[in-house]
Amino acid sequence: MTDRLDQIFVLLKHWLLGYLPESWQTPVGVVISVVCIIGLYPALFAITTVLERKGVARIQNRLGPNRVGPYGILQPMADGIKSLTKEDIVPTSADAVVHFLAPVILVVTVFMGFAVLPMGRNMVLVDMDAGLLFYFAMGASTELSVFMAGWSSRNKYSLLGAMRAVAQMISYEVALLLSSVVIVMMTGSLSLVKIVEAQNHYSYGFPHWFIFTPWGLAAFIMYAVAGTAETNRSPFDLPEGESELVAGYHTEYSGFKFALFFLGEYVAMFSISALGSTLFLGGWMAPLSVLQVVPSWIWFFGKLFVSMCVFIWLRGTLPRLRQDQLMNFAWKFVLPMCLLNLFVAGLWRFMGDGWLRWLVCSAILILAYVSIGREGMRRQKFGPRSYRYAE
Amino acid sequence: MLGDGILKGLVETARNFAGSYVSKERMTTVEYPEERLPLPEAARNFPFLVYDGDDWEKGLRCVACQICEKECPPKCIYIEKSKDKKPDYVGKPQIYPAKFDIDISVCMSCQICVEVCPFEAIKMDTEFELATDDRFGGLLLDRKQLSRSNEYYHQIHPTEASEVDARLAEEKAKVEAKAKAAAEAAAAKAAAAPVEAKPAPAAKAAEIAKAPAAATSPAAPKPLPGTGSDGTAPMSAEDKKAAETPAKPDEGEPKAQGEPKE
Repeated sequence: MTDRLDQIFVLLKHWLLGYLPESWQTPVGVVISVVCIIGLYPALFAITTVLERKGVARIQNRLGPNRVGPYGILQPMADGIKSLTKEDIVPTSADAVVHFLAPVILVVTVFMGFAVLPMGRNMVLVDMDAGLLFYFAMGASTELSVFMAGWSSRNKYSLLGAMRAVAQMISYEVALLLSSVVIVMMTGSLSLVKIVEAQNHYSYGFPHWFIFTPWGLAAFIMYAVAGTAETNRSPFDLPEGESELVAGYHTEYSGFKFALFFLGEYVAMFSISALGSTLFLGGWMAPLSVLQVVPSWIWFFGKLFVSMCVFIWLRGTLPRLRQDQLMNFAWKFVLPMCLLNLFVAGLWRFMGDGWLRWLVCSAILILAYVSIGREGMRRQKFGPRSYRYAE
Repeated sequence: MLGDGILKGLVETARNFAGSYVSKERMTTVEYPEERLPLPEAARNFPFLVYDGDDWEKGLRCVACQICEKECPPKCIYIEKSKDKKPDYVGKPQIYPAKFDIDISVCMSCQICVEVCPFEAIKMDTEFELATDDRFGGLLLDRKQLSRSNEYYHQIHPTEASEVDARLAEEKAKVEAKAKAAAEAAAAKAAAAPVEAKPAPAAKAAEIAKAPAAATSPAAPKPLPGTGSDGTAPMSAEDKKAAETPAKPDEGEPKAQGEPKE
């Protein structure tokens, strides 16, 4: 019974495909899975927007949207209708083709990432050998669409936002990759399905997730920071910075194209969270061996939900960084820590079992964290500005 | 250590998040259309016309003196005087506004009309839900839409309204006392010299009118108003009232009294 429930979507798909001739089954199966993914994540996006507005409102001691439907849960419907019926304005001096393509490319590349993410036991669209590589290739393409949007709008705010976005995303892309490489080092595979399988064993009822190791925890923290920056979320929302840049790279977008940007941003958050839970939190695995009776896909989406809540919590808490703080943090703190973590992971691998490797690896990481944090992130003292020539 | 500030902040926001479900006092906002915060007494936005009693048309304090119209910086007031008269709060016949329009799309809520009005007839309202789909007619308020009762004025600005009421009552009492004194003096005079007092009724009335003015302020024997167009200043209006009141019962005489003619 629990097995049946666990595999319900897989069985449903096979049952549907059973009505088709043999040669049709593979392409139609792919189409069904793709349609499910494309339908599911926008629905989650709609729920997340209202969740975010309610959550941030509560953090600020407000009520949040409560007019449309009971407790305001139909708010995303109203928003969707609004953005569909709004006029789609393209500035006269904009590059119309690029302006049109930018949101499309964003949404397409963001959805491509889900192709390789396992959402449950046997629930993966393509079990690619180089799944992680494919994911990062697709993730990097979103930068292109952001820059296309900023450049084609012919608006200084859009361009400034796009420049910031590209600088930020490239900087944190490095950290994102390096923190994930540790996992590849330990599992010896780029396939996300294999990475989940590598964590799929329990001792004393507790799982062997990678986050429960010193290098895994460090990599997870770095991944979380870089992932937040990669999706342009607060506190790294400089590319959109409403108070500085109107809306950043999507200033000149309206109507449904704007909605597509919005959608792309949130789906990117889902995908980063999904990858993070796959790499560090055991993907679709239950957090305790006794909880394995609950279907695997519930655990996957549960982890997704928790990480979205953390995103919202962070957004309600932290103020926006300055551009120099952002860059300093990426290159002076996150990157050295990631590089050190690679070394620590190697050490862990070759020290064999035992408590010694726990001690040594933890000590190295904590020392590095404290010392780099203290030295590199020391508050710089700015005196009165001195002018060399214009005194 | 790096990051402890972030943790502290996260704890604080989590406390706010949970607290907002538990304690009502935390909530900083009210749900506007259903519940609303009481407006502060000094709140104001657009002017309205005060009337006494129940009938807005009869009780309107405005005498169409047009001071506010002339003083209004953005010129949003338009007044047309009436041809006939109606008694004001002390019973004296006064001109009233046949037309009194305020274009609230032009009004800048400066309150100058209120400050210059000598008759306490125009005051500032607190009503702010004035949105309309007709941006011309809907925002041009006529005298019916502008008139509000004195009780309403007491409701929105209690302190100010009681001050105004006290001032008006005092003035009325003064006028009545004067009228009484004048009537007594006239009676005494008539008793003293019943034979002499035989000239034309108009001249007699003028004499009677002059008598109390001279009694109260001998230095300023006012000429009868109506001769020029100088009667609009608030100061002279007060004096005038004092001077005119005894002549009130006399119907035929004060043809051109009160406000200047255009």
